[in-house]
Amino acid sequence: MESTSLNSKIFIQSFFGLLLRDLRVLTREFHVFLARVGMQPLLFLFVFTFIMPRMGGANPMAGGAGGLDFGTVLLPGLMAVAIMFSGIAAVALPLSQEFGITREIDDRVMCPLPLWAVALEKVSFSALQSMIAALLVIPMAYYIPAVPVRADVHNWFLFALVLVMASYLAGSLGLVIGSTVNPRQIGLVFSILVVPITFLGCVYYPWAMLDKIRWLQFGVLFNPIVYMSEGLRAAVTPGIAHMPWWAILVALVFFTAALGRLGLKGFLGRVLS
Amino acid sequence: MIVEIEKLTKIYESRLRVVALDGIDLELKEGEIFGLLGPNGAGKTTTISVATTRTLPTSGTVRIAGIDVVKHPAHARRLIGVVPQFNTLDRSLTVYENLYFHCRYFGFSHSHARARSLELLDQFLLSERGKMYPNQLSGGLAQRVQIARAIAHRPPVLFLDEPSAGLDPQSRMAMWDAVAALRKEGITVLLTTHYMEEADQLSDRLAIIDYGRVLALGSPEKLKATFGAHTVFNLKLRSMEGLAVMVEELKSREDVSGVETTADGLRVIGTGADGLLPDLVRAATGHGLRDLTITEPSLETVFIQLTGRELRE
Repeated sequence: MESTSLNSKIFIQSFFGLLLRDLRVLTREFHVFLARVGMQPLLFLFVFTFIMPRMGGANPMAGGAGGLDFGTVLLPGLMAVAIMFSGIAAVALPLSQEFGITREIDDRVMCPLPLWAVALEKVSFSALQSMIAALLVIPMAYYIPAVPVRADVHNWFLFALVLVMASYLAGSLGLVIGSTVNPRQIGLVFSILVVPITFLGCVYYPWAMLDKIRWLQFGVLFNPIVYMSEGLRAAVTPGIAHMPWWAILVALVFFTAALGRLGLKGFLGRVLS
Repeated sequence: MIVEIEKLTKIYESRLRVVALDGIDLELKEGEIFGLLGPNGAGKTTTISVATTRTLPTSGTVRIAGIDVVKHPAHARRLIGVVPQFNTLDRSLTVYENLYFHCRYFGFSHSHARARSLELLDQFLLSERGKMYPNQLSGGLAQRVQIARAIAHRPPVLFLDEPSAGLDPQSRMAMWDAVAALRKEGITVLLTTHYMEEADQLSDRLAIIDYGRVLALGSPEKLKATFGAHTVFNLKLRSMEGLAVMVEELKSREDVSGVETTADGLRVIGTGADGLLPDLVRAATGHGLRDLTITEPSLETVFIQLTGRELRE
């Protein structure tokens, strides 16, 4: 009994130590992190909600999706993209490097805690970065657009839940990519996987608006990003049509579990022979 | 026994069936430096990988201080330090931070981890490099940091996999000193190497392994006395014709314990050089002797005696 409690104490301390290490590396280059996660939503909002509206009739998106103001449609979508890219950048890229080239993952794999916990720490820290990245989009969406964004979070619990789950989902996807793709092909994975699922992830339009293109509306249900965008839409801008929250939560849990399992399998396969 | 390796086998089943370990049995006494000597592919690294929880064995067990490494890998990792063949220092952290966070991973408090890291920097003569990043270090220095990091959590057992691979001679000597100094701390060390000098210099006992099996086990002195009080003569000949007569003649001599034909000549294992050498040269001249190398009694000759091959072939 005694040794079990000692084991779990070291286990928790070790997990905490790994988080501390990641925090140290992140804070040392925090400005780089901010630039990395902030630039895309910043430019996106600037071009589509600040410049374009001033061009009046020349702007095909002036009316937004179905007459809604585009900034409001865009806010949850951009948060989803921020979460997604952060997950990839925080897990997939470094892990792919560490497995393929530097092998420095070895020192963390040799920590006195089960291997699944090492993977969980990676995903958790990535989730933390995703959340910071997503929250960063909110002030931008408040100050940049010509027409102020109508953010209206009245269910804080739903907001927090979706934010955390979407972030873990992104981290799990990062784990899958990082442990299965070798570093030379990671650029390719960006072009043929990450970019398409982002563009078709109901980021720039609500899912309900796809009812004119039924095959696509059905097809994108297999894309986990859809539930991240729709979930945030339900939580942050509930005035815009969105999927029912229960369906979103079920899908988020399902995709996180499936990708987490797949990612862990890949991770174990890389560190154990 | 602090390390008990029992009937360890590892078979890789893919297109090609590879038997990496074919029943390894080893026991390490507390505080000894134990060498695993063998050519590349002998199973040294696989043995270490299993013992350090990175490879699952096909059968057999490894226990560190009584803990089964396959059943309780997380617990076993607290009892071992590992210096792998390649540099696995955390590139995003400084030398000091590499040590500090390693301590934190093993449950040290902030002040305890800090004190231990500073102590290690001092002990390994790295104090001036504490703020450097791993990619600014030479191979020898990086290796020293890796050893310091591996023992930071005070494990009773340290595994060193080919510690001098890729080091220049001077760094190798410094590394040897660092390893020898671990003796004072009572750490049990298992090191693999394919350098005889290294095995000879550092180990209290060693095992010679090849094709995943232990061929011989004992102190370097004992191994040399048992198998290797011999001098190995390698003769390269132009003509292999009629060599059988010469082989028979040599075999009948008292100071020759073995004769083998090699691809381009003969290998003669003798118990002394004095009388044998001139006779060998005379006999071989008729076969167009073009080169002769003599290996004095050493672990190298032990290895040749045991396997019929040279370590670095």
